[in-house]
Amino acid sequence: MDIYLPIAAVSLDVFVLLVLGGAVGFLSGVFGVGGGFLLTPFLIFIGVPHAVAVASSANQLVGASVSGALAHWRRGNVDLQMGLVLLVGGFAGSAVGVWIFAMLRRIGQVELAVSLSYALLLGTLGILMLVESSRAIIRGRRLGASRRKLHQHTWLHGLPLKMRFRRSKLYISALLPLALGFLVGILSAIMGVGGGFVMVPAMIYMLGMPTAMVPGTSLFQIIFVAASVTVLQAIENGTVDIVLALVLLVGGVIGAQLGTRFGQRLRGEQLRALLAVVVLAVAGKLLFDLTVTPEDLFSLAISE
Amino acid sequence: MKRWLLATLCLASLATPAAAAEPLIADLTSHLIAITTGFTGTNVVLFGSTDGAGDIIVVVRGPERDTIVRRKSRVAGLWINKRQVTFTSVPSYYAVFSSRPLAEIAPPSVQALHQIGLTNLHLGVLERKRSPDDVANFRAALIRDRQRDGLFGDTVGRVNFLGDRLFRATITFPANVPTGTYLVEIFLVRDKGVVTGQTTPLVVSQAGIDAEINEFAGRWAFFYGVVAVVGAAMAGWLASLPFRNA
Repeated sequence: MDIYLPIAAVSLDVFVLLVLGGAVGFLSGVFGVGGGFLLTPFLIFIGVPHAVAVASSANQLVGASVSGALAHWRRGNVDLQMGLVLLVGGFAGSAVGVWIFAMLRRIGQVELAVSLSYALLLGTLGILMLVESSRAIIRGRRLGASRRKLHQHTWLHGLPLKMRFRRSKLYISALLPLALGFLVGILSAIMGVGGGFVMVPAMIYMLGMPTAMVPGTSLFQIIFVAASVTVLQAIENGTVDIVLALVLLVGGVIGAQLGTRFGQRLRGEQLRALLAVVVLAVAGKLLFDLTVTPEDLFSLAISE
Repeated sequence: MKRWLLATLCLASLATPAAAAEPLIADLTSHLIAITTGFTGTNVVLFGSTDGAGDIIVVVRGPERDTIVRRKSRVAGLWINKRQVTFTSVPSYYAVFSSRPLAEIAPPSVQALHQIGLTNLHLGVLERKRSPDDVANFRAALIRDRQRDGLFGDTVGRVNFLGDRLFRATITFPANVPTGTYLVEIFLVRDKGVVTGQTTPLVVSQAGIDAEINEFAGRWAFFYGVVAVVGAAMAGWLASLPFRNA
């Protein structure tokens, strides 16, 4: 059954959208990443204009992350204080990001910027995570349940403006989560993603948060960053398709709940290894697409 | 609708004395295409009559927009949008119909004059420093892309004559038809020349809830954004309720 999307101005099959939303929601529940990094490329693939796909994914993310964050909240896995600090950075970042996005759209380089930054970022992160988590798995097998330090301290943690985060058992500089939030806010706006795939590894490795607290806290702050991106995109670019976002959500929220349940059964390092594999696969695909000769070298855009 | 159409056709053919002054009369079954949530494309029938033998050519043009065509080039192993040509006043939809093969009815000069056929479409170019070869390549790419989307006709459609004087043609619009005011030009051709022509408008617009959403999004962008966010958040909250105690 086809449904006409008013802002995207195309007709698409409802069931395709529901399944797509569900699959992405499941990932979001398992890893605490929004799944936008998969959703946006898929939407473009099935014929949604690039700019609309980016903006509507952000809108869909609001709902998906509310649903996911609530599930984690009930288990006490959200560090509210950390989330709020990340958020302050996130709001500033998303404003800058929406502005950059509008500029890229004018010069016709949105696709390149999105794909390239994705591929580089995901590739680096994926490799780092895979190495770390496989080491952890091997170590765990060899030594059984040996205790190790809560987290490693680096010079980054010693920056000024130190703050105590009780739930995460951390005493680190507030500049760190602020900067992380800012960076993720920019990504959110340019790529239509919550930035969870950057946020989650960075929270584990850069901030040193306990793995259990990471998905919930990440989803918590994604809610608000995605919300601000949605409003800014609506004003700046007029590309938020509310119908598309809601259809994706129906599938997405159910997937997210199931995913959260599934994620609870996995151990921390297994979760990280699995996420690393997903991240690397997406990076590989994006790089491949940029280098393979396109079917049609020409593309069209309506000038404004 | 059908009965009305038939009645109109009969009237048109019966009223020969009156129609004698009018060599060409034509109209559409509908002047409005309403795009609603379930829209998957539609057909509009053009019908009319002539005051005697002759051929009919129909040209349908969608609203014109400036369109940028970009070409990817390989830079350091990556395919990147590099050069671009901006074509001015490109119709967003274009289709030609005729009662016999164009070449048999009208010489190239007549086709060019009335912009009949994709090769005769007048497209301006914004950039000054572009070689004719370049422009031709980019123009071909533009046409190819529109044809792939079903917005430019691949071939010349048929105008069917019922007897000598009554004719009809079926114009097809795909699901992705752009909104705006379309012009349907009907030419009566005799002895390799256009005797007379008629132009009739056709409006494609969003209707119902879609039109309202679009208008709201355009006029109240901020509130639209807020509504989108609140709606999504509510949906997320509602969906998590059944799982609360699990």
